[in-house]
Amino acid sequence: MSDAKQQTARTVEFRGGGFTPQSKRWIGLVTFIVLIIGVEIGTRMGFISNLTVPRPSDVFATFVELWNSGLLWKHLLPSVIRLVIGASIGASFGICVGVMIGLFSLVRAGLVPLVAAIFPIPKIALLPLFVIWFGIDEMSKYALIAFGTFTPTVVATYGAVDNVDRSLIRMGQSFSLSWSTIVSKIVLPGAMPGILSGLRISLAIAIILLVAAEMLGAEYGIGAYILEAGSLYDLERLFVGVVILSIMGVCVSALISIVEKRLLMWRI
Amino acid sequence: MDLRLENIGHSYGSIEVMEGINLDIPAGKIVCIVGPSGCGKSTLLRLIGGLEEPTIGRVLQVGEPPSDSLNPLTYIFQDFALLPWRTVENNISLILKDYGLSDVEAEAIISDVLSRTKLTDFRKALPKQLSGGMKQRVAISRALAVNPAVMLMDEPLSALDSQTRELLIDDLINLWKRKPFTAIYVTHNLNEAVRLGHSIVVLSRRPGKIREIIEIVKPLAERGLGDADLDAKQKHLWNLMREEAMAADQELIDV
Ligand SMILES: Nc1ncnc2c1ncn2[C@@H]1O[C@H](COP(=O)(O)OP(=O)(O)O)[C@@H](O)[C@H]1O
Ligand SMILES: [Mg+2]
Repeated sequence: MSDAKQQTARTVEFRGGGFTPQSKRWIGLVTFIVLIIGVEIGTRMGFISNLTVPRPSDVFATFVELWNSGLLWKHLLPSVIRLVIGASIGASFGICVGVMIGLFSLVRAGLVPLVAAIFPIPKIALLPLFVIWFGIDEMSKYALIAFGTFTPTVVATYGAVDNVDRSLIRMGQSFSLSWSTIVSKIVLPGAMPGILSGLRISLAIAIILLVAAEMLGAEYGIGAYILEAGSLYDLERLFVGVVILSIMGVCVSALISIVEKRLLMWRI
Repeated sequence: MDLRLENIGHSYGSIEVMEGINLDIPAGKIVCIVGPSGCGKSTLLRLIGGLEEPTIGRVLQVGEPPSDSLNPLTYIFQDFALLPWRTVENNISLILKDYGLSDVEAEAIISDVLSRTKLTDFRKALPKQLSGGMKQRVAISRALAVNPAVMLMDEPLSALDSQTRELLIDDLINLWKRKPFTAIYVTHNLNEAVRLGHSIVVLSRRPGKIREIIEIVKPLAERGLGDADLDAKQKHLWNLMREEAMAADQELIDV
């Protein structure tokens, strides 16, 4: 190499990029904006018919109208309350049962087949049953949301407990730590990442079921609002409802991200 | 407190992992256990510390552990086994709290063991912020915190690079000089064995039996890297190990 005078030198090409998630928040926003502007332009130019998709600016105007009339909060508040109560019941029961399955072989043998059996049932199909059991008002809605949140939470939780590093549990035993300390200080924190990522899915399902519950007999609520708009083929209002649901989804997801950041700082 | 192993044998299903192990571990000495991989060293250590029960034979504690010993038989693991969500000090306090120590008592012990392992500046650090050698020092200080009668160390330095290993060997020797502890030290690294062991137990290939026990009288403090007499012992160990390894290879071919 040294004898050639005119060796070309060039930098070694970088090829180690990608595959590492980085937080580039604004990209998500840009995706939305580009999509919305695209539809707006499309509908204005006329190559997207107003009958297929409403004009985003009209949807926005409808939203402002809803806001000004004060009806937004009248619909949103009951929905949020139903979501919070139903999902809390479902998720906390789900985490408890999931941890029990993870810890006790007997519970596992008894409940895993049961959970597998109720997981694929579309919970919406059971709504009439819930109405009979819990009445037409709030209780049956809570029950539906709770039931729908419960199963995915159980599955995620016992998977997470199973995945806790056994060598850490062995460490606890080798120091003669009490059973309750091993569970509360080693197993539960170790399972937390899995439980939280399970909650992401469970809570999205909770929003879907919220709408389903409200479509059946609710005066106020985002579901009721969407149902009414849909039956009138009022696409603008339908879309306002859908957008509100999406925003709820994004908020729930952001909430979990915050909790993850707080609780899972220790991860690499 | 001494430990005595009486005719220990252990099988997993139809696989016999070890048989007829008789061994005394006297207080204040470091006993190294070496042997080819898969000969049951880790299993033996689990049996000694009561994490598993031997199929036959028994492990005896001879005499009482010191009254201030919280956890007489304490492990130090190859993979450190630190809780990644707890800081250095909280990894230790978790255990002390479970023994019902008050905050003040726990704090005194934590300061003491962290200074003994030169970790005082890192007490608020999370495990992910520490190097491998420091993680193992945290694990050592956690073990020291419960004032064990016997330390059970399963390849404690095997996950570390050779420089870090040398430093930690020195650290262990210094800890032992200041306050002699009893330890069973499993390793596959023969140099660690001759540097740290008062006696070295050579196990045969599976099913593990005691093949030879080598005593080294030279005090720990006087041993160093590349001492001629230690090298001779190490060479002798290596010959034993090589025979076992070659015999094990031969068995595989015969099958
Ligand atoms: N929990 C277990 N179940 C079944 N076999 C095991 C178990 N633990 C260890 N063994 C087997 O016992 C033998 C000894 O293992 P181990 O004690 O880990 O060896 P070493 O630490 O000397 O390398 C190996 O053949 C291993 O496959
Ligand atoms: Mg091993």
